[in-house]
Amino acid sequence: MSEIKIGLGSCGFAAGAQAVLDTLKEMGVSAKQTGCIGMCFAEPLVEVVDDKGSTFYGRVNKNSIKEIVESHLKNGVPVEKLMLSEDDLGFLKKQTRIALRNCGIINPEDINEYKARGGYQAIEKVLKGMTPDEVIEVMKTSGLRGRGGAGFPTWFKWNAAKQATDTPKYIICNADEGDPGAFMDRSLLESDPHTVLEGMMIGGYVIGSNEGILYVRAEYPLAIKRLEIAIGQMREAGLLGKNILGSGWDFDLRIKAGAGAFVCGEETALIASLEGERGMPRLKPPFPAQKGYWQKPSNINNVETFGNVPWIISNGGEAYAKLGTEKSKGTKVFALAGKTKRGGLVEVPMGLTLREVIFNIGGGIKNDKAIKGVQLGGPSGGCIPEKLLDTPIDYDEIAAVGAIMGSGGMIVMDETTCMVDIARFFLDFTQKESCGKCIHCRIGTKRMLEILERITKGEGKETDIALLGELGETIKGSSLCALGGSAPNPVLSTIRYFRDEYEAHILEKRCPAHSCKALINYSIDKDKCTGCTLCARKCPANAISGTAKNPHTVDPDLCTRCGNCVTVCRFNAVNVE
Amino acid sequence: MAKDSIDLKLIDAVLEHYAPIAGSLVTILQKTQEIYGYLPLDALTKIAEVTGIAPAKIMGVATFYTQFRLQPIGKYLVMLCQGTACHVNGSEQIENAICDELNIVDGQTTEDNLFTLKNVACLGCCSLAPAMMINGEVYGSLTPDKARQILREIQKKEANA
Repeated sequence: MSEIKIGLGSCGFAAGAQAVLDTLKEMGVSAKQTGCIGMCFAEPLVEVVDDKGSTFYGRVNKNSIKEIVESHLKNGVPVEKLMLSEDDLGFLKKQTRIALRNCGIINPEDINEYKARGGYQAIEKVLKGMTPDEVIEVMKTSGLRGRGGAGFPTWFKWNAAKQATDTPKYIICNADEGDPGAFMDRSLLESDPHTVLEGMMIGGYVIGSNEGILYVRAEYPLAIKRLEIAIGQMREAGLLGKNILGSGWDFDLRIKAGAGAFVCGEETALIASLEGERGMPRLKPPFPAQKGYWQKPSNINNVETFGNVPWIISNGGEAYAKLGTEKSKGTKVFALAGKTKRGGLVEVPMGLTLREVIFNIGGGIKNDKAIKGVQLGGPSGGCIPEKLLDTPIDYDEIAAVGAIMGSGGMIVMDETTCMVDIARFFLDFTQKESCGKCIHCRIGTKRMLEILERITKGEGKETDIALLGELGETIKGSSLCALGGSAPNPVLSTIRYFRDEYEAHILEKRCPAHSCKALINYSIDKDKCTGCTLCARKCPANAISGTAKNPHTVDPDLCTRCGNCVTVCRFNAVNVE
Repeated sequence: MAKDSIDLKLIDAVLEHYAPIAGSLVTILQKTQEIYGYLPLDALTKIAEVTGIAPAKIMGVATFYTQFRLQPIGKYLVMLCQGTACHVNGSEQIENAICDELNIVDGQTTEDNLFTLKNVACLGCCSLAPAMMINGEVYGSLTPDKARQILREIQKKEANA
């Protein structure tokens, strides 16, 4: 019996999965809908499972799906030309999936499929035969650390909330994935919401809570929809409500949509937002474990942290701790993106090097350009240069080179990425997202941004690098929360590793990556230009002139440096200097 | 702000349900915006009256979160992703193309009230960078030309509607 599956995560939809699904419906074929398997680069993705195994088809459209159905599904003949290559499949095969174990395999809108893969057995095991202390002991053995970025041991947080005497207690899932360039939590929630919810239940039971809240980014409508469906199905199955599985323990879950504020990823700001306030951080201590939501003991974990919990309970803390390094156990999910050939969701054991992830799994750099570095941890993180790519994925090793593990954003940068511009980009972000409570964060990031802007415009001063360093250190030392405490990191790490690029901008008024508009000029190579007129027609500023079959020229005064001509030229005739 | 001619009864049900629940202000504002497409001043005043929350505090919350708008938007909200992956893959060129095509800048609405452009931090579709979302639908792997084409198709659809 053969079956056809189609991936319907946000990426799949964005790549055109709806058209494929519609075509399947027109053809009267019922397809099994799954979430995101993580091979975002090859979406829309269709998988045919028959007695010979499973075959993946990538970049499927409404025409190729017909061929796949007719040939493979109906006649058992795989369509080789449409199949994903061994290389592409290596992206999946080289991963070790725990948090993502069901992603792309089950229908996220069907609780029975989650159960068929061992779902809700962990909570049953806990409720029927484990004390909260025993669960904490398993978590301690597993070595699981917070996957939101800070890497705080999960068992420790749970234990602190458990020991708090005040009631009621709350278990909260931080799904306010705000790092630009990160989508791990979105994919997990869209593709396997139940594993996160089961993890929350286990945490809730341990700390003695009867209420769980998911704080989800409003920008993730599909994740919210699938969580709502999942919670409804849990309630029907008796997994939420009174006396769950005859244990005498009551528990319920609800969703609260965020309203768009990066700072709400900080746990005290998240709590303020849950209470309907401006999402501004509060002083710690008291920690949320003592006084959190409505001043009651609260435990907040990230989506991926919860996603690992059911597996750990079912398989034991030792099995999880076998993976990884001495101080960073288990696996970590990364959202691989940027200039990599194959971008998507990657879950690997800790201890693998960055180079292995980028090259073995990600397939290296688009158009085989030279890699410059990789940015980890988003606006709170840092850029790691090519020469340090053999750094293993480990909380402490990554911190030692000036970045942070972060929540899992991994943006690969090539020779065309200007590191000063990247620093400016992140500062622009944190400056806008600063809640304004601490003066150094509010005003300091603004001043840093102004300095970076003038450097990228070719107006930098010789003293700017030192000033950025001084400002950065001051902001780090005088901000209440991690947003301000880490906002200068992208600047400080790029100064540390790419100082030459800063100096080129300031001293030579030159952008080595040919990226900063004010410092580049476009010209057309007379020998290469065939006079096809395409660039002139595509130039939005009418800055390119010339007649058919004769070399064209760019007027630097009219040119807006949009780069359209480079993109459209088929003869590689546009030079950027 | 001009006096809005809106039907304030539309939020009665929302207020009835959420006003008694402490800490619901963000949710109330979200539901209100779902109804009107933005947060009209009159609606905010009514929320203050019914919930007893100070108008200044409501304004404080409404202006803190990027999701909330105090001005109406066009029929189509173009959310252009300015995330890291989109940035390194040329989202600026896409923005230039959209601004040029629609003759507006970030935050503005076209004269025919069809489009509003809003730069957003990250849509989380980083493997399809550069990306944008129009009324909930994501468009990925954009080029300046492709972005223009998408907008023109919507214009065409609207002209024929």
